[in-house]
Amino acid sequence: MMMTTEEITKYLNQRFEGKIEFIEAEVGESWITVSPSILRELAKTLRDDEKLRFNNLMCLSGVHYQKENELGVTYHLDSTIHRHKLVMKVRVPEEKPVVPSVESLWKTANWHEREAYDLIGVTFRGHPDLRRILTPQDWEGHPLRKDYEQQETYHNVTTGI
Amino acid sequence: MARITSPQPAELQKKTMTINMGPQHPSTHGVLRIEVTVDGEVVKKAKPDIGYLHRCFEKYAESLGDFAKVVPYTDRIDYVSALHQEMGYVIAVEKLLEIEVPERVEYMRVILAELQRIASHLLGIGTFGLDLGAFTPFLYCFIEREKILRILEKVSGARLLYNYICVGGLMRDIPEDFKSDTWEFINGFRPKIKELNDLLTTNSIFIERTANIGVLPAEVALNYSASGPMLRGSGVSWDIRKNDSYSIYDRFDFDIPVGKGEVGTVGDCWDRYIVRVREMEESLKIIEQALDQMPDEGDVQEAVPRRIRSKEGEIYVRTETPRGELGYYIISEKSGPYRIKARTPSFVNLSILPAISKGALVADLVAIVGSIDIVLGGVDR
Repeated sequence: MMMTTEEITKYLNQRFEGKIEFIEAEVGESWITVSPSILRELAKTLRDDEKLRFNNLMCLSGVHYQKENELGVTYHLDSTIHRHKLVMKVRVPEEKPVVPSVESLWKTANWHEREAYDLIGVTFRGHPDLRRILTPQDWEGHPLRKDYEQQETYHNVTTGI
Repeated sequence: MARITSPQPAELQKKTMTINMGPQHPSTHGVLRIEVTVDGEVVKKAKPDIGYLHRCFEKYAESLGDFAKVVPYTDRIDYVSALHQEMGYVIAVEKLLEIEVPERVEYMRVILAELQRIASHLLGIGTFGLDLGAFTPFLYCFIEREKILRILEKVSGARLLYNYICVGGLMRDIPEDFKSDTWEFINGFRPKIKELNDLLTTNSIFIERTANIGVLPAEVALNYSASGPMLRGSGVSWDIRKNDSYSIYDRFDFDIPVGKGEVGTVGDCWDRYIVRVREMEESLKIIEQALDQMPDEGDVQEAVPRRIRSKEGEIYVRTETPRGELGYYIISEKSGPYRIKARTPSFVNLSILPAISKGALVADLVAIVGSIDIVLGGVDR
Protein backbone atom coordinates (compact mmCIF):
# COMPACT_ATOMS: atom_id res chain seq x y z
CA MET A 1 0.00 0.00 0.00
CA MET A 2 1.36 3.36 -0.96
CA MET A 3 2.14 5.78 1.88
CA THR A 4 3.12 9.42 1.91
CA THR A 5 6.20 10.71 3.72
CA GLU A 6 3.99 12.03 6.51
CA GLU A 7 2.28 8.67 7.01
CA ILE A 8 5.62 6.89 6.97
CA THR A 9 6.97 9.27 9.64
CA LYS A 10 3.95 8.61 11.85
CA TYR A 11 4.33 4.89 11.37
CA LEU A 12 8.06 4.98 12.17
CA ASN A 13 7.64 7.21 15.21
CA GLN A 14 5.49 4.55 16.90
CA ARG A 15 8.66 2.54 17.11
CA PHE A 16 11.31 5.26 17.32
CA GLU A 17 9.52 7.31 19.97
CA GLY A 18 9.24 10.55 18.06
CA LYS A 19 12.92 10.71 17.17
CA ILE A 20 12.19 11.07 13.48
CA GLU A 21 11.38 14.53 12.31
CA PHE A 22 9.18 15.28 9.32
CA ILE A 23 10.06 18.37 7.31
CA GLU A 24 7.45 19.65 4.92
CA ALA A 25 8.93 21.41 1.91
CA GLU A 26 7.22 24.31 0.16
CA VAL A 27 9.00 23.58 -3.09
CA GLY A 28 9.94 20.10 -4.24
CA GLU A 29 9.98 17.06 -2.00
CA SER A 30 9.48 16.70 1.76
CA TRP A 31 11.91 14.66 3.80
CA ILE A 32 12.61 13.12 7.18
CA THR A 33 15.65 13.89 9.30
CA VAL A 34 17.27 11.39 11.56
CA SER A 35 20.24 11.44 13.92
CA PRO A 36 23.28 9.28 13.07
CA SER A 37 22.84 7.27 16.29
CA ILE A 38 19.64 5.58 15.09
CA LEU A 39 20.30 5.75 11.35
CA ARG A 40 21.33 2.14 10.91
CA GLU A 41 18.46 0.72 12.91
CA LEU A 42 16.04 2.95 11.04
CA ALA A 43 17.53 1.96 7.69
CA LYS A 44 17.09 -1.71 8.56
CA THR A 45 13.47 -1.08 9.50
CA LEU A 46 12.88 0.79 6.28
CA ARG A 47 14.23 -2.09 4.27
CA ASP A 48 12.68 -5.02 6.13
CA ASP A 49 9.36 -3.82 7.61
CA GLU A 50 6.46 -5.43 5.77
CA LYS A 51 4.63 -2.13 5.36
CA LEU A 52 7.67 -0.23 4.08
CA ARG A 53 9.97 -2.59 2.15
CA PHE A 54 12.31 0.03 0.71
CA ASN A 55 14.28 -2.40 -1.41
CA ASN A 56 15.90 0.16 -3.69
CA LEU A 57 18.35 2.83 -2.57
CA MET A 58 18.13 5.00 -5.67
CA CYS A 59 20.67 7.58 -4.69
CA LEU A 60 22.94 8.59 -1.85
CA SER A 61 24.43 12.06 -1.96
CA GLY A 62 26.78 14.00 0.23
CA VAL A 63 26.05 17.69 0.82
CA HIS A 64 28.16 20.41 2.39
CA TYR A 65 26.05 22.88 4.39
CA GLN A 66 28.63 25.64 4.59
CA LYS A 67 26.60 28.13 6.63
CA GLU A 68 25.93 25.64 9.41
CA ASN A 69 29.42 24.07 9.25
CA GLU A 70 27.80 20.74 8.72
CA LEU A 71 28.02 17.85 6.31
CA GLY A 72 24.96 15.91 5.32
CA VAL A 73 23.98 12.74 3.55
CA THR A 74 20.69 12.42 1.67
CA TYR A 75 19.21 9.00 0.94
CA HIS A 76 16.60 8.58 -1.78
CA LEU A 77 14.68 5.40 -1.19
CA ASP A 78 12.14 3.65 -3.32
CA SER A 79 10.01 0.59 -2.76
CA THR A 80 9.34 -1.29 -5.97
CA ILE A 81 6.89 -3.45 -4.00
CA HIS A 82 4.64 -0.78 -2.43
CA ARG A 83 5.57 2.00 -4.87
CA HIS A 84 6.35 4.59 -2.24
CA LYS A 85 9.36 6.83 -1.98
CA LEU A 86 11.18 8.47 0.88
CA VAL A 87 13.87 11.08 1.31
CA MET A 88 15.96 10.62 4.44
CA LYS A 89 18.56 13.07 5.63
CA VAL A 90 21.25 12.95 8.24
CA ARG A 91 23.56 15.76 9.31
CA VAL A 92 26.87 15.70 11.17
CA PRO A 93 29.30 18.44 12.27
CA GLU A 94 32.20 19.25 9.94
CA GLU A 95 34.85 18.42 12.57
CA LYS A 96 33.55 14.93 13.25
CA PRO A 97 31.68 13.80 10.15
CA VAL A 98 30.93 10.18 11.02
CA VAL A 99 27.82 8.48 9.63
CA PRO A 100 27.07 4.77 9.93
CA SER A 101 27.36 2.90 6.67
CA VAL A 102 24.33 1.25 5.08
CA GLU A 103 26.45 -0.83 2.73
CA SER A 104 25.45 -4.10 4.36
CA LEU A 105 21.77 -3.29 3.76
CA TRP A 106 21.94 -1.93 0.22
CA LYS A 107 25.06 -2.99 -1.66
CA THR A 108 24.70 -0.06 -4.02
CA ALA A 109 25.77 2.20 -1.15
CA ASN A 110 29.31 0.86 -1.47
CA TRP A 111 30.36 3.15 -4.32
CA HIS A 112 28.00 5.99 -3.39
CA GLU A 113 29.51 6.18 0.09
CA ARG A 114 33.02 6.06 -1.30
CA GLU A 115 32.11 8.95 -3.57
CA ALA A 116 30.62 11.00 -0.72
CA TYR A 117 33.76 10.29 1.31
CA ASP A 118 36.03 11.27 -1.55
CA LEU A 119 34.29 14.45 -2.66
CA ILE A 120 32.63 15.74 0.52
CA GLY A 121 34.62 14.08 3.29
CA VAL A 122 31.95 12.13 5.18
CA THR A 123 33.39 9.10 6.99
CA PHE A 124 31.16 6.05 6.87
CA ARG A 125 31.61 3.84 9.89
CA GLY A 126 31.44 0.17 9.02
CA HIS A 127 32.13 0.52 5.29
CA PRO A 128 34.25 -2.45 4.19
CA ASP A 129 36.49 -0.56 1.78
CA LEU A 130 36.32 3.18 2.34
CA ARG A 131 38.86 4.51 -0.14
CA ARG A 132 38.75 7.46 -2.52
CA ILE A 133 37.05 6.53 -5.76
CA LEU A 134 37.37 9.38 -8.26
CA THR A 135 40.48 11.26 -7.16
CA PRO A 136 43.93 9.69 -6.55
CA GLN A 137 44.43 8.11 -3.13
CA ASP A 138 46.95 10.79 -2.09
CA TRP A 139 44.84 13.77 -3.19
CA GLU A 140 44.45 16.53 -0.62
CA GLY A 141 41.05 17.83 0.45
CA HIS A 142 37.51 17.04 -0.63
CA PRO A 143 36.67 18.82 -3.91
CA LEU A 144 32.91 19.26 -3.47
CA ARG A 145 33.22 21.17 -0.21
CA LYS A 146 32.20 24.77 -0.73
CA ASP A 147 35.42 26.04 0.86
CA TYR A 148 37.67 23.65 -1.06
CA GLU A 149 41.00 24.99 -2.17
CA GLN A 150 42.73 23.08 -4.89
CA GLN A 151 46.31 22.07 -4.23
CA GLU A 152 48.69 23.93 -6.53
CA THR A 153 50.85 21.02 -7.51
CA TYR A 154 50.35 17.30 -7.49
CA HIS A 155 53.53 15.20 -7.70
CA ASN A 156 55.38 18.25 -9.05
CA VAL A 157 52.82 18.84 -11.80
CA THR A 158 50.83 22.09 -11.65
CA THR A 159 47.09 21.57 -11.43
CA GLY A 160 46.32 24.65 -13.50
CA ILE A 161 45.40 27.33 -11.03
CA MET B 1 52.65 -44.08 -27.27
CA ALA B 2 54.36 -42.01 -24.67
CA ARG B 3 52.07 -40.27 -22.30
CA ILE B 4 52.57 -36.55 -22.30
CA THR B 5 52.48 -35.11 -18.83
CA SER B 6 52.68 -31.39 -18.48
CA PRO B 7 55.06 -30.20 -15.79
CA GLN B 8 53.06 -28.79 -12.92
CA PRO B 9 55.42 -27.32 -10.33
CA ALA B 10 53.70 -27.02 -7.00
CA GLU B 11 54.15 -23.26 -6.73
CA LEU B 12 52.45 -22.66 -10.08
CA GLN B 13 49.32 -24.42 -8.93
CA LYS B 14 48.94 -22.27 -5.86
CA LYS B 15 49.83 -18.82 -7.06
CA THR B 16 47.25 -16.26 -8.03
CA MET B 17 48.25 -13.34 -10.19
CA THR B 18 46.98 -9.78 -10.33
CA ILE B 19 46.79 -8.29 -13.80
CA ASN B 20 45.40 -5.09 -15.24
CA MET B 21 42.69 -5.41 -17.83
CA GLY B 22 41.61 -2.79 -20.30
CA PRO B 23 41.08 -0.77 -22.40
CA GLN B 24 38.52 -3.04 -23.91
CA HIS B 25 35.30 -1.39 -25.04
CA PRO B 26 35.67 1.49 -27.51
CA SER B 27 34.23 3.72 -24.82
CA THR B 28 36.78 2.60 -22.23
CA HIS B 29 39.90 3.81 -24.10
CA GLY B 30 42.27 4.23 -21.18
CA VAL B 31 39.61 5.48 -18.79
CA LEU B 32 38.77 2.21 -17.06
CA ARG B 33 41.21 -0.16 -15.46
CA ILE B 34 40.11 -3.44 -13.98
CA GLU B 35 42.39 -5.07 -11.44
CA VAL B 36 41.84 -8.75 -11.98
CA THR B 37 43.13 -11.42 -9.63
CA VAL B 38 43.33 -14.67 -11.56
CA ASP B 39 44.05 -18.25 -10.71
CA GLY B 40 45.09 -19.54 -14.11
CA GLU B 41 42.20 -18.58 -16.36
CA VAL B 42 39.68 -18.19 -13.57
CA VAL B 43 38.80 -14.77 -12.19
CA LYS B 44 39.01 -14.70 -8.41
CA LYS B 45 38.31 -11.02 -8.05
CA ALA B 46 37.71 -8.12 -10.43
CA LYS B 47 37.93 -4.59 -9.10
CA PRO B 48 37.14 -1.67 -11.38
CA ASP B 49 39.34 1.39 -10.90
CA ILE B 50 37.63 4.55 -12.11
CA GLY B 51 38.17 8.28 -11.98
CA TYR B 52 40.40 8.84 -15.01
CA LEU B 53 37.81 10.81 -16.95
CA HIS B 54 36.34 12.81 -14.08
CA ARG B 55 35.58 16.32 -15.31
CA CYS B 56 33.98 17.74 -12.19
CA PHE B 57 30.47 18.10 -13.58
CA GLU B 58 28.93 18.58 -10.14
CA LYS B 59 31.47 21.11 -8.94
CA TYR B 60 31.16 23.06 -12.15
CA ALA B 61 27.38 22.98 -12.28
CA GLU B 62 27.20 24.28 -8.71
CA SER B 63 29.57 27.13 -9.52
CA LEU B 64 27.63 28.41 -12.56
CA GLY B 65 24.86 30.02 -10.51
CA ASP B 66 22.25 29.57 -13.24
CA PHE B 67 20.10 26.54 -14.01
CA ALA B 68 20.02 27.17 -17.76
CA LYS B 69 23.77 27.31 -18.16
CA VAL B 70 24.22 23.76 -16.85
CA VAL B 71 22.47 22.09 -19.82
CA PRO B 72 25.48 21.85 -22.19
CA TYR B 73 27.53 20.23 -19.43
CA THR B 74 24.93 17.53 -18.82
CA ASP B 75 25.53 16.44 -22.43
CA ARG B 76 29.04 15.41 -21.51
CA ILE B 77 27.90 13.06 -18.76
CA ASP B 78 26.91 10.25 -21.09
CA TYR B 79 27.99 11.40 -24.50
CA VAL B 80 26.32 8.61 -26.47
CA SER B 81 22.88 9.46 -25.11
CA ALA B 82 23.29 13.18 -24.55
CA LEU B 83 19.62 13.99 -25.17
CA HIS B 84 18.55 11.82 -22.24
CA GLN B 85 20.99 13.57 -19.96
CA GLU B 86 19.60 16.95 -21.03
CA MET B 87 16.02 15.81 -20.78
CA GLY B 88 16.45 14.38 -17.28
CA TYR B 89 18.07 17.53 -16.03
CA VAL B 90 15.60 19.86 -17.70
CA ILE B 91 12.62 17.90 -16.35
CA ALA B 92 14.10 18.08 -12.85
CA VAL B 93 14.49 21.86 -13.07
CA GLU B 94 11.01 22.30 -14.55
CA LYS B 95 9.49 20.24 -11.75
CA LEU B 96 11.37 22.17 -9.11
CA LEU B 97 10.51 25.59 -10.52
CA GLU B 98 7.02 24.59 -11.67
CA ILE B 99 7.37 25.42 -15.34
CA GLU B 100 4.69 24.06 -17.70
CA VAL B 101 5.86 22.82 -21.07
CA PRO B 102 3.78 23.00 -24.31
CA GLU B 103 2.38 19.75 -25.76
CA ARG B 104 4.38 19.94 -28.97
CA VAL B 105 7.62 20.23 -27.03
CA GLU B 106 6.76 17.14 -24.96
CA TYR B 107 6.11 15.11 -28.11
CA MET B 108 9.31 16.34 -29.72
CA ARG B 109 11.33 15.45 -26.64
CA VAL B 110 9.90 11.94 -26.55
CA ILE B 111 10.56 11.34 -30.24
CA LEU B 112 14.13 12.62 -29.97
CA ALA B 113 14.79 10.65 -26.80
CA GLU B 114 13.55 7.43 -28.36
CA LEU B 115 15.61 8.01 -31.50
CA GLN B 116 18.58 8.53 -29.25
CA ARG B 117 17.76 5.36 -27.32
CA ILE B 118 17.89 3.36 -30.55
CA ALA B 119 21.19 5.03 -31.50
CA SER B 120 22.65 4.28 -28.10
CA HIS B 121 21.49 0.65 -28.10
CA LEU B 122 22.92 0.21 -31.61
CA LEU B 123 26.28 1.37 -30.34
CA GLY B 124 25.97 -0.86 -27.29
CA ILE B 125 25.00 -3.94 -29.28
CA GLY B 126 27.53 -3.30 -32.03
CA THR B 127 30.44 -2.90 -29.67
CA PHE B 128 29.26 -5.83 -27.57
CA GLY B 129 29.57 -8.01 -30.66
CA LEU B 130 32.94 -6.44 -31.33
CA ASP B 131 34.11 -7.37 -27.83
CA LEU B 132 33.38 -10.97 -28.68
CA GLY B 133 35.09 -10.81 -32.06
CA ALA B 134 32.10 -10.20 -34.34
CA PHE B 135 33.00 -7.31 -36.61
CA THR B 136 30.21 -7.29 -39.22
CA PRO B 137 27.27 -6.57 -36.88
CA PHE B 138 29.22 -3.57 -35.64
CA LEU B 139 29.21 -2.11 -39.15
CA TYR B 140 25.52 -2.89 -39.63
CA CYS B 141 24.71 -1.12 -36.38
CA PHE B 142 26.81 1.91 -37.21
CA ILE B 143 25.19 2.39 -40.61
CA GLU B 144 21.78 2.59 -38.91
CA ARG B 145 23.08 4.75 -36.07
CA GLU B 146 24.50 7.14 -38.63
CA LYS B 147 21.00 7.67 -40.08
CA ILE B 148 19.72 8.70 -36.66
CA LEU B 149 22.67 11.00 -36.06
CA ARG B 150 21.92 12.72 -39.39
CA ILE B 151 18.34 13.36 -38.30
CA LEU B 152 19.52 14.70 -34.94
CA GLU B 153 22.13 16.83 -36.68
CA LYS B 154 19.47 18.35 -38.93
CA VAL B 155 17.41 19.14 -35.84
CA SER B 156 20.04 20.53 -33.51
CA GLY B 157 23.11 21.21 -35.60
CA ALA B 158 25.30 18.80 -33.68
CA ARG B 159 26.02 15.10 -33.97
CA LEU B 160 26.79 14.10 -30.41
CA LEU B 161 26.53 16.94 -27.91
CA TYR B 162 23.27 18.61 -28.80
CA ASN B 163 22.44 21.33 -26.28
CA TYR B 164 18.99 21.27 -27.84
CA ILE B 165 16.53 20.74 -24.99
CA CYS B 166 16.32 23.79 -22.77
CA VAL B 167 14.44 24.63 -19.60
CA GLY B 168 10.83 25.21 -20.68
CA GLY B 169 11.13 24.07 -24.26
CA LEU B 170 13.52 23.50 -27.11
CA MET B 171 16.31 25.69 -28.47
CA ARG B 172 14.65 26.06 -31.88
CA ASP B 173 11.83 24.61 -33.92
CA ILE B 174 12.27 21.35 -35.82
CA PRO B 175 13.08 21.36 -39.54
CA GLU B 176 10.17 20.92 -41.99
CA ASP B 177 11.13 17.49 -43.25
CA PHE B 178 11.69 16.06 -39.77
CA LYS B 179 8.57 13.89 -39.86
CA SER B 180 9.28 12.44 -43.30
CA ASP B 181 12.92 11.77 -42.38
CA THR B 182 11.88 9.93 -39.24
CA TRP B 183 9.26 7.84 -41.06
CA GLU B 184 11.86 6.94 -43.66
CA PHE B 185 14.21 5.80 -40.93
CA ILE B 186 11.56 3.72 -39.16
CA ASN B 187 10.51 1.94 -42.32
CA GLY B 188 14.09 1.18 -43.23
CA PHE B 189 15.11 0.09 -39.75
CA ARG B 190 12.44 -2.57 -39.06
CA PRO B 191 13.84 -5.10 -41.56
CA LYS B 192 17.36 -4.35 -40.35
CA ILE B 193 16.54 -5.68 -36.87
CA LYS B 194 15.81 -9.03 -38.51
CA GLU B 195 19.21 -8.98 -40.21
CA LEU B 196 20.86 -8.18 -36.91
CA ASN B 197 19.09 -11.13 -35.32
CA ASP B 198 20.43 -13.42 -38.04
CA LEU B 199 23.96 -12.17 -37.42
CA LEU B 200 24.03 -12.16 -33.62
CA THR B 201 20.96 -13.27 -31.69
CA THR B 202 20.70 -16.76 -33.08
CA ASN B 203 24.39 -17.17 -33.90
CA SER B 204 25.64 -20.24 -32.04
CA ILE B 205 29.10 -18.80 -31.35
CA PHE B 206 27.53 -15.66 -29.90
CA ILE B 207 25.19 -17.76 -27.75
CA GLU B 208 28.09 -19.90 -26.51
CA ARG B 209 29.96 -16.79 -25.49
CA THR B 210 27.07 -15.07 -23.72
CA ALA B 211 24.56 -17.63 -22.40
CA ASN B 212 24.99 -18.58 -18.72
CA ILE B 213 27.79 -16.01 -18.41
CA GLY B 214 27.79 -13.28 -15.76
CA VAL B 215 24.44 -14.26 -14.27
CA LEU B 216 22.87 -11.51 -12.17
CA PRO B 217 19.95 -12.78 -10.06
CA ALA B 218 17.01 -10.40 -9.64
CA GLU B 219 17.38 -9.87 -5.89
CA VAL B 220 21.09 -9.06 -6.23
CA ALA B 221 20.28 -6.64 -9.04
CA LEU B 222 17.75 -4.82 -6.85
CA ASN B 223 20.08 -4.77 -3.86
CA TYR B 224 22.66 -3.07 -6.05
CA SER B 225 19.99 -0.74 -7.43
CA ALA B 226 20.68 -1.89 -10.97
CA SER B 227 18.45 -0.32 -13.60
CA GLY B 228 17.71 -0.31 -17.29
CA PRO B 229 18.53 -3.39 -19.39
CA MET B 230 20.82 -4.59 -16.59
CA LEU B 231 17.81 -4.98 -14.27
CA ARG B 232 15.32 -6.02 -16.92
CA GLY B 233 17.76 -8.65 -18.19
CA SER B 234 17.40 -10.25 -14.76
CA GLY B 235 13.68 -10.66 -15.36
CA VAL B 236 12.41 -7.67 -13.40
CA SER B 237 9.77 -5.74 -15.30
CA TRP B 238 10.76 -2.25 -14.21
CA ASP B 239 10.90 0.72 -16.53
CA ILE B 240 10.65 4.26 -15.20
CA ARG B 241 8.82 5.34 -18.36
CA LYS B 242 5.96 3.06 -17.24
CA ASN B 243 6.40 2.51 -13.49
CA ASP B 244 7.15 6.11 -12.49
CA SER B 245 6.04 7.86 -15.64
CA TYR B 246 7.35 11.29 -16.60
CA SER B 247 6.82 13.66 -19.56
CA ILE B 248 3.99 12.13 -21.62
CA TYR B 249 5.10 8.50 -21.69
CA ASP B 250 1.82 7.37 -20.14
CA ARG B 251 0.06 8.17 -23.43
CA PHE B 252 1.90 5.55 -25.43
CA ASP B 253 1.34 1.87 -25.75
CA PHE B 254 4.53 -0.19 -25.46
CA ASP B 255 5.85 -3.27 -23.72
CA ILE B 256 8.74 -3.78 -21.34
CA PRO B 257 10.96 -6.57 -22.62
CA VAL B 258 12.55 -8.67 -19.86
CA GLY B 259 15.11 -11.46 -19.82
CA LYS B 260 13.56 -14.92 -19.72
CA GLY B 261 16.60 -17.15 -19.95
CA GLU B 262 15.64 -18.32 -23.45
CA VAL B 263 19.06 -19.77 -24.25
CA GLY B 264 20.62 -19.90 -20.80
CA THR B 265 19.90 -18.62 -17.33
CA VAL B 266 17.79 -15.55 -16.52
CA GLY B 267 20.06 -12.55 -16.06
CA ASP B 268 22.99 -13.69 -18.17
CA CYS B 269 24.82 -11.64 -20.79
CA TRP B 270 22.57 -12.86 -23.59
CA ASP B 271 19.47 -11.71 -21.70
CA ARG B 272 20.88 -8.22 -21.23
CA TYR B 273 21.68 -8.15 -24.94
CA ILE B 274 18.26 -9.30 -26.10
CA VAL B 275 16.51 -6.78 -23.88
CA ARG B 276 18.32 -4.00 -25.75
CA VAL B 277 17.39 -5.47 -29.14
CA ARG B 278 13.72 -5.71 -28.18
CA GLU B 279 13.71 -2.26 -26.65
CA MET B 280 14.62 -0.79 -30.01
CA GLU B 281 11.42 -2.24 -31.43
CA GLU B 282 9.43 -0.77 -28.55
CA SER B 283 11.06 2.61 -29.16
CA LEU B 284 9.96 2.43 -32.78
CA LYS B 285 6.38 1.88 -31.56
CA ILE B 286 6.59 4.94 -29.32
CA ILE B 287 8.02 7.13 -32.08
CA GLU B 288 5.27 6.06 -34.50
CA GLN B 289 2.53 6.91 -32.03
CA ALA B 290 4.15 10.21 -31.09
CA LEU B 291 4.55 11.24 -34.73
CA ASP B 292 0.85 10.58 -35.32
CA GLN B 293 -0.34 12.43 -32.21
CA MET B 294 2.02 15.42 -32.29
CA PRO B 295 0.32 18.78 -32.90
CA ASP B 296 1.64 20.48 -36.04
CA GLU B 297 1.48 24.02 -34.73
CA GLY B 298 2.94 25.63 -31.67
CA ASP B 299 5.85 27.73 -30.49
CA VAL B 300 8.55 25.62 -28.88
CA GLN B 301 10.00 28.66 -27.11
CA GLU B 302 6.67 29.73 -25.61
CA ALA B 303 7.34 28.59 -22.03
CA VAL B 304 11.05 29.35 -21.93
CA PRO B 305 11.68 31.87 -19.16
CA ARG B 306 13.89 34.86 -20.06
CA ARG B 307 15.43 34.75 -16.63
CA ILE B 308 15.01 31.75 -14.41
CA ARG B 309 13.72 32.70 -10.97
CA SER B 310 15.17 30.22 -8.55
CA LYS B 311 13.29 28.95 -5.50
CA GLU B 312 14.49 27.43 -2.28
CA GLY B 313 13.83 23.72 -2.31
CA GLU B 314 15.08 20.40 -3.47
CA ILE B 315 14.06 17.55 -5.68
CA TYR B 316 15.17 14.19 -7.01
CA VAL B 317 13.91 13.35 -10.48
CA ARG B 318 14.70 10.16 -12.32
CA THR B 319 14.31 9.31 -15.97
CA GLU B 320 14.94 6.20 -18.02
CA THR B 321 18.03 6.48 -20.20
CA PRO B 322 19.28 3.67 -22.47
CA ARG B 323 21.49 2.51 -19.60
CA GLY B 324 18.92 2.86 -16.84
CA GLU B 325 17.90 5.24 -14.12
CA LEU B 326 19.41 8.69 -14.38
CA GLY B 327 18.59 10.80 -11.37
CA TYR B 328 19.31 14.43 -10.68
CA TYR B 329 19.26 15.52 -7.06
CA ILE B 330 19.05 19.30 -7.03
CA ILE B 331 19.19 21.57 -3.99
CA SER B 332 18.30 25.07 -5.03
CA GLU B 333 18.66 28.37 -3.24
CA LYS B 334 17.25 31.79 -4.10
CA SER B 335 20.51 32.60 -5.88
CA GLY B 336 20.58 29.43 -8.01
CA PRO B 337 21.69 25.82 -7.74
CA TYR B 338 23.49 24.90 -4.50
CA ARG B 339 24.03 21.18 -5.02
CA ILE B 340 23.54 19.15 -8.16
CA LYS B 341 24.20 15.46 -7.91
CA ALA B 342 23.92 13.24 -10.95
CA ARG B 343 23.13 9.63 -10.16
CA THR B 344 24.14 7.88 -13.34
CA PRO B 345 23.22 4.35 -14.34
CA SER B 346 26.72 3.53 -15.61
CA PHE B 347 28.26 4.27 -12.21
CA VAL B 348 25.80 2.08 -10.35
CA ASN B 349 25.77 -0.73 -12.90
CA LEU B 350 29.57 -0.94 -13.02
CA SER B 351 29.71 -1.33 -9.25
CA ILE B 352 28.00 -4.72 -9.70
CA LEU B 353 30.93 -6.08 -11.75
CA PRO B 354 32.84 -7.59 -8.77
CA ALA B 355 29.70 -9.45 -7.72
CA ILE B 356 28.97 -11.10 -11.07
CA SER B 357 32.48 -11.81 -12.35
CA LYS B 358 33.67 -14.10 -9.58
CA GLY B 359 34.53 -17.50 -10.98
CA ALA B 360 34.23 -16.42 -14.62
CA LEU B 361 36.99 -17.04 -17.15
CA VAL B 362 39.11 -14.07 -18.20
CA ALA B 363 37.66 -14.23 -21.72
CA ASP B 364 34.16 -14.15 -20.23
CA LEU B 365 35.01 -11.08 -18.21
CA VAL B 366 35.24 -9.28 -21.55
CA ALA B 367 31.69 -10.37 -22.32
CA ILE B 368 30.46 -9.34 -18.89
CA VAL B 369 31.91 -5.83 -19.06
CA GLY B 370 30.53 -5.44 -22.58
CA SER B 371 27.06 -6.58 -21.51
CA ILE B 372 26.83 -3.92 -18.80
CA ASP B 373 27.10 -1.29 -21.57
CA ILE B 374 28.81 1.40 -19.56
CA VAL B 375 29.88 4.79 -20.82
CA LEU B 376 32.75 6.10 -18.79
CA GLY B 377 31.57 9.67 -19.08
CA GLY B 378 28.62 8.48 -17.04
CA VAL B 379 30.74 6.58 -14.56
CA ASP B 380 33.09 9.44 -13.71
CA ARG B 381 31.02 12.48 -14.59
